[in-house]
Amino acid sequence: MPADVKGARDGAGGERLRAIAVGTATCGRSVGALEVLEALRVEIAELGLPYRLVEVGCLGHCYAEPLVTVEAPSGRVNAFGYLDAVAARYLLRTCFGEEEPESDFYLGRLEDDGAIASEALAARNALERRVVMENCGIVDPCSIDDYRRRGGYEALRRALELSPDDVIEEIAQAGLRGRGGAGFPTGVKWRACREADGAEKVIVCNADEGDPGSFVDRVIIESDPHAVLEGMLIAGYAVGAREGRVYVRAEYPLAVDRMRQAIRQARDARLLGEDVLGAALSFDVDVFEAAGAFVCGEETALIASMEGRRGEPRLRPPYPAERGFLDRPTVIDNVKTLAYVRHIIERGARWFRGIGTASSPGTGVFCLTGKVARPGLVEVPLGSTLRAILYDAGGGMVDPNAEKPGRETPNIGNGGYCTRPRAPETVFKAIQIGGPSGGFLPASALDLPVDFESLRDAGIIMGSGGMVVMSQDDCMVEMARYFLEFTQSESCGKCVPCRVGGQLMLDILGAVARGEGSEESLEALRSLAVHLRRASACNLGRTAPSPVITALRFFEDEFRAHVERRMCPALVCRDLISYEFEDVGCTSACEQCSVVCEAITSALGYDGLSGRMYRTHEIDDDLCVRCAICVDSCAGVNHRAVRKVTPAKRQRTKGGA
Amino acid sequence: MDAKRESLLPTLQAVQREHGYVPDEQVGKIAASLGITKADVYAVASFYGQFRFNPPGRHSVKVCAGTACHVRGSALILDEWSRLLGIEPGQTTADGAFDLERVACIGCCSVAPAVMVDGEVHGCMSSAEVRTVFNEVCAGDERARRAAGADGDAGEGNGAGRGDGAGDSAGRGVGDAG
Repeated sequence: MPADVKGARDGAGGERLRAIAVGTATCGRSVGALEVLEALRVEIAELGLPYRLVEVGCLGHCYAEPLVTVEAPSGRVNAFGYLDAVAARYLLRTCFGEEEPESDFYLGRLEDDGAIASEALAARNALERRVVMENCGIVDPCSIDDYRRRGGYEALRRALELSPDDVIEEIAQAGLRGRGGAGFPTGVKWRACREADGAEKVIVCNADEGDPGSFVDRVIIESDPHAVLEGMLIAGYAVGAREGRVYVRAEYPLAVDRMRQAIRQARDARLLGEDVLGAALSFDVDVFEAAGAFVCGEETALIASMEGRRGEPRLRPPYPAERGFLDRPTVIDNVKTLAYVRHIIERGARWFRGIGTASSPGTGVFCLTGKVARPGLVEVPLGSTLRAILYDAGGGMVDPNAEKPGRETPNIGNGGYCTRPRAPETVFKAIQIGGPSGGFLPASALDLPVDFESLRDAGIIMGSGGMVVMSQDDCMVEMARYFLEFTQSESCGKCVPCRVGGQLMLDILGAVARGEGSEESLEALRSLAVHLRRASACNLGRTAPSPVITALRFFEDEFRAHVERRMCPALVCRDLISYEFEDVGCTSACEQCSVVCEAITSALGYDGLSGRMYRTHEIDDDLCVRCAICVDSCAGVNHRAVRKVTPAKRQRTKGGA
Repeated sequence: MDAKRESLLPTLQAVQREHGYVPDEQVGKIAASLGITKADVYAVASFYGQFRFNPPGRHSVKVCAGTACHVRGSALILDEWSRLLGIEPGQTTADGAFDLERVACIGCCSVAPAVMVDGEVHGCMSSAEVRTVFNEVCAGDERARRAAGADGDAGEGNGAGRGDGAGDSAGRGVGDAG
């Protein structure tokens, strides 16, 4: 907790106000953090409790949002998760103030670096190494004072005591590599820009994080915007720039707001503008709202869009460090890269080199989503294995039968004779790394260390740190198609290989998913992929086939099942599956399915042996639109009588005829 | 490069913020003020997913197509909305009641699959939940219409008719954001 919190005094009563910090980044807000905040505000005022409410960013434990940290009288800080307004009010009246609360919502003690100490999270804490996330979820992102109390802008002061060349040398010595995905050495980029001709140099912070499956940059800006600003200031001093731009997605409204606010505060504190900290540095920063084009994450396309043109990439060289925004030398660094800068300047290159591997020093922030038990962010030293990230930090595969505290599944079954069987366990199938430019890795690759070289050798890239975990219920053909569809719809259309080749690949994948593919389809995919890789103008096109290629390499069996047997083993591809009732068609009379679906008919049957009437149900496969509402409605009454089968009934009858 | 050209995207964003879309006459004004042609402005504006050129519907339905939502079945959710509203993603219903959009990650991965209806996030959706949400929105409209009907101005758009009024007059695509 910030130092001031411990010493804060209530002006009137003299009683020490303890801090309750509510995580209100987008991940918290989406599950009701603002309602929790409001409930606490009302309750604290009403009960006159000695608390002060603070809004903070995200600790990385997105699975447990809304998450609240509470300071106990001794100064120890406890974390509570899975809250809602009701639970928050209840806990406020009961155990919020206790040193060691006993509650289902209690997660553990919050360490100074943001780790939550508890038995359940011990493996995660042993692995985790928080550097750029040091302040995330702890510091108040709306307060420059809070940031400064945690050592903020000290690195800038230190940097200004050095010469610009020494600053660049320190960054180069540290071996910092661009965290936007490609891993280009930051020191080299800065030096190139410093040595380039042109007086008016520009620093651009690239926060156009468009990868589906990654939200690291958003969390950092929403939780600790000043760290990014400080990195930009130091970069500006090092390369001799007077101007900075934060290029952030308009789809991240909260990040835009928080960054704008941070800039205003820094200007008021004379950290931006003329003569920063009394030294010979003049630097100002503006926010540029990106207008929603994935390709603009590519640096030349980003420049084009800032210049008010279509975001189409151009060939390099010249690199932006020589001729960038309005032909001025421009450094474009990712949010995370800039956030590391202050730590390197403050603690030295040697310290940074002590984390991670020789060729990939430092940490990596990864965003775990999909079928993982604890979706969220985790920062680990580079070189950690995938297995450690998935099982130690992510808690392994999601347990479909797990219940969150305070959210017990209500038993609305009819009379108890319908008992819901436990959902089948999720089994790891693949992990997708690096978003649409990255690729899939199978279980056999789980011991791969995660660093720039190892991933490159495995045929994928680190990208922006998204890791999507997939289980037996995910079809690799479908997932490959999903990622390619994304890059295809985001292709700027300038070069033919990407525009036409990508569409051709997508058409073939669509045919395979519909069961219309053949042996040649797979060959065609492979050969088109080679053309895209070789001939596309920018990295969007060059890396677009990666998900398809890696899926084909590691999961060829699944592709073959689609083309040879018209089967989708994961029961996903809608043209290759049918829904049907188990055994005799479910004899329950609950009729939850037939009232919501026109394709389900319910009839009375007669059992001559026992002389009893019973119900039978049937799904008309031709009317069925595969919306899965029957599965949901059946599971809703603690019964799982509808199942999916492959190949589809219509395929089977076709084959039989 | 004309220096003023840099202000094109921020200007378009400001126009869209004010009108909810980018009207044709505003495009003309922007072009005139920057000294470029209307075609130039459209060339840029249509490139970016953020801009739309037809008035938005009264209710916006945004189905998240981020990866986390996708692996938890957002495609089924989008299909269900599509069937209920009778329009494809990127279109507006003929009566101007609903917009349906497929959008990039809205940051609610922990409650996937998620749908944002009029700015409010509904998490852990299923086909059945979609119908519930749709019915709630329509019921809200109906109440508002009755309240307004008492003042005489009755008969205007009653939610979106199921399945009818699809396609043709449904307006131009707004394109996939992100």
